[in-house]
Amino acid sequence: MISNLSTYEAVELEKVSIWFKAAAASKFPDNGGACVKYKDMQIAVFNFTREGTWYACQNLCPHKMEMVLSRGMIGEDKGEPKVACPLHKNSFSLKTGKHLNGELNRIATYPVKIEGGFVYIGFSE
Amino acid sequence: MVGYKFCEKFVAKVGRDAFKLIVFGEEARVAYDRVHLSEYFENGDAERLSMVPRQWYLENNIELYTNERVTDIHRNSKTITTLSEKTFKYDYLVLATGSSPFVPQINGVDKDGVFVYRTIEDLEGTLAYAEKIKQTVNKPKAAILGGGLLGLEAAKAVMDMGMEPHVVEFAPKLMPRQLDTRSSKVLQVKLESMGIHIHLSKATNQILGNGHIIGMEFGEDDVLNVDMLVISAGIRPRDELGKSCGLKMGTRGGIVVDNKMKTSDPSIFAIGEIALYNQMIYGLVAPGYEMAGVAVDQILGSEKSLMAAEIDMSTKLKLIGVDVASFGIPFMPAEKGHSIIFENKTESLYKRINVSHDGKKLLGGILVGEAKDYNMLLQMYLNEMPLPKNPENLILGSRAGEDMSFGSAMDLPDTAVVCSCEAVTKGQICCSVKDDGNESMKAIAKATKATTGCGGCKPMVDDLIKETLKSLGKVVKESICEHFEYSRQELYDIVKLRKIEDYDSLLDEVGKGHGCEVCKPAVASIFASIYNETANRQATIQDTNDRYLANIQRNGTYSVVPRVAAGEITPKQLLAMGRIAQKYDLYTKITGGQRIDMFGAQLHELPLIWEELIAEGFETGQAYGKSLRTVKSCVGSTWCRYGMDESVTFAIDIENRYKGIRSPHKIKGGVSGCIRECAEARNKDFGFIAVEGGWNVYICGNGGANPQHAKLLIETVDKAAATKYVDRFLMYYIKTAPPLTRTAAWLDKLEGGIDYVKDVVINDCLGIAAELDKEMQHLVDTYKCEWKEAVENPEIREKYTHFVNADEADDTIEFVSLRDQKMPKVWA
Repeated sequence: MISNLSTYEAVELEKVSIWFKAAAASKFPDNGGACVKYKDMQIAVFNFTREGTWYACQNLCPHKMEMVLSRGMIGEDKGEPKVACPLHKNSFSLKTGKHLNGELNRIATYPVKIEGGFVYIGFSE
Repeated sequence: MVGYKFCEKFVAKVGRDAFKLIVFGEEARVAYDRVHLSEYFENGDAERLSMVPRQWYLENNIELYTNERVTDIHRNSKTITTLSEKTFKYDYLVLATGSSPFVPQINGVDKDGVFVYRTIEDLEGTLAYAEKIKQTVNKPKAAILGGGLLGLEAAKAVMDMGMEPHVVEFAPKLMPRQLDTRSSKVLQVKLESMGIHIHLSKATNQILGNGHIIGMEFGEDDVLNVDMLVISAGIRPRDELGKSCGLKMGTRGGIVVDNKMKTSDPSIFAIGEIALYNQMIYGLVAPGYEMAGVAVDQILGSEKSLMAAEIDMSTKLKLIGVDVASFGIPFMPAEKGHSIIFENKTESLYKRINVSHDGKKLLGGILVGEAKDYNMLLQMYLNEMPLPKNPENLILGSRAGEDMSFGSAMDLPDTAVVCSCEAVTKGQICCSVKDDGNESMKAIAKATKATTGCGGCKPMVDDLIKETLKSLGKVVKESICEHFEYSRQELYDIVKLRKIEDYDSLLDEVGKGHGCEVCKPAVASIFASIYNETANRQATIQDTNDRYLANIQRNGTYSVVPRVAAGEITPKQLLAMGRIAQKYDLYTKITGGQRIDMFGAQLHELPLIWEELIAEGFETGQAYGKSLRTVKSCVGSTWCRYGMDESVTFAIDIENRYKGIRSPHKIKGGVSGCIRECAEARNKDFGFIAVEGGWNVYICGNGGANPQHAKLLIETVDKAAATKYVDRFLMYYIKTAPPLTRTAAWLDKLEGGIDYVKDVVINDCLGIAAELDKEMQHLVDTYKCEWKEAVENPEIREKYTHFVNADEADDTIEFVSLRDQKMPKVWA
């Protein structure tokens, strides 16, 4: 498996060509995340119960290249939903992938949908 | 750094769009923070030193050429050419080429093993050479030529490389520019006690060795054998470009500039360490940044923006952990005024202030060993504020019956520059609070940039914000984050009184928004302290360590620490632990808290490992929690011929009493069997020492980043009384401390200090002792091992998997071997 930043590119909803059926929604904790394997990629999926929204992003933290973001705490910074990396508390917007408390590169985000109790992640390839 | 600052200020200005900005750098890297260069030794992370990532230049529409030295300036055609023979045209040219290290012309200076201390590449070269030397030489030595600021930094750096540092200085004292003879001596004694050898009044004749350095020769028979030399003998401006294109130069180098930062060619500016202003080169960051600002304004047409006639050279820094500061006129001739000097060599303290003859004005001073009053002293000096009646109080503190020596930060005039790196005044900060509603440090930093440079002004800015808010009649809320306008203590009371049982309800009732990584664990800790619930119940509001009941390590694997109360362990338990560690291929190490840490477990292995540990009779050690860690013990009177009492027995009882208790920060204890204090109980949050007739009880000690000696709570009491008072103290701390505040820091901020704690826990001045006793007993009575709970509950166990949709381990984790064990592959 590749832990390379270039593997992860944000996918916009209109560009989705594959909806990958990841796992049952009940497998994801309320207001927390879990990691999904798709091909050679690791995708962090968050069940933001308080907002009633689901988010997905790369599991790879661009700071030290560790596969840990799915284990981070989620929350919100002035209305912007975010995940804080468990290693050094770098926070990234779950909507745009922007680094909120520093100048690291954006992380890739992916569309998520729930159908029939299952979580689907959108990819363009 | 100054070049980057120019860009930063330039792009923030209106009118910037009329210009195209092109930046050339000789080094391969983008601008980085040389002030904190020695941190590179500590963390080896060059990236972290960058002022901004490369991306920033792109985002701000700046063309950046690195590895592209400008070789010629053609003033007639207003063009420059670079090393790769590219030509660029300019309307304005800003030279910020900085300086290079000055290398004195000593015979043999070109030998291998002689380095300078300036760039990341210099450091890497030094580091590589040191590694090579260490393989052939036992206890290698390194000399640093120059006992100034940078030289002493370099001494620390070579010490960190594992070499014995020798500082060689030409002058008869260290830091000759900043310190007087006596303060320099205090610093010298302190540094020598740390293992740094100092050689003063030494002029180096030649560098010895055949091809590579083996020593330095001073006089005829005066030789110092060293394996490496780092030269740090001052700087010389990198002014070649100015010279070759015929700009007016200083006699000893530097490009002459006026107060508009213009050189003798009005289209060319010079800023930072190449600019010769007032016949001086300023080697500090603050004046460099100011010059950058002036140049930006001049180019964009604000011609009134000029460089101040006098530049303040005051500095404060932490040198190898020792505070050193000087301001104003540090050495003052007697005809100008009087000096008040306090010196205490045993504590490595030196404080000197220079006051005018009439005792009304502060003219300058020097602080070594402790410089917490530097900001206030500097402001008094800069603003010519009136001195108190007894100016000695400024360095000695106020004595009984006298007023506090310092007034409040609000007494400063509005023009006082509080943040000198970014030139932000008190008036700007207070206005930003009042008019723009920037009521937190974060908001002020964003709006004014104050505190974003060296950070030395943070305490003063904090005071200004709080005092300004107070003057507006606003209550200063120590709110924990944007989601709760309450302090931790207030939230604790709310949860308890309203019997709130989960995070979401608390957020809905008294908070706003959806929470964050600050309030979630803080509130989790409150629930744990009130209901003694384990971290398993509300897993997603826990920090990652608590969520998975293990300590996350560098590569995202975890470490496992079973409780070994007081460090007492049977051979059978040791064998069991060894067997399990071997089975799961874990790196093992004895911790500082007298137990065994097993590293490198992947998420899915944690329940398997714990199942086996629990079967062998172990329970969780909460090494991952803000909770009791260990109670360290010496062997005590059971074995030790000096022991006054059984310290191990007491430590085991205490550790088992407090195990599992969550608190605002981690807590550690210690029990020593006699005053020899082998358990180091007095650098713990609580400590007991056996003495004739009972136990002495100490609290609020701390090792770690800010070591603090514990304070005596009560003397010669029996075990039961000692335990009772510590029960109450801990419970009081748990209920009142802000998040992530150790007991020592909590006590520092507590009004009344240790005397007040004594009043609360011994004399029961608040009438809460019975309640504290009851609350602590509840925690003790309801303890359960949360790992046992986790392995026995299939639902909790389910979260211990890397992928939610695949039964596989994370294959990006890589280990390398290390002394017959393993370690994570080093961060790229």
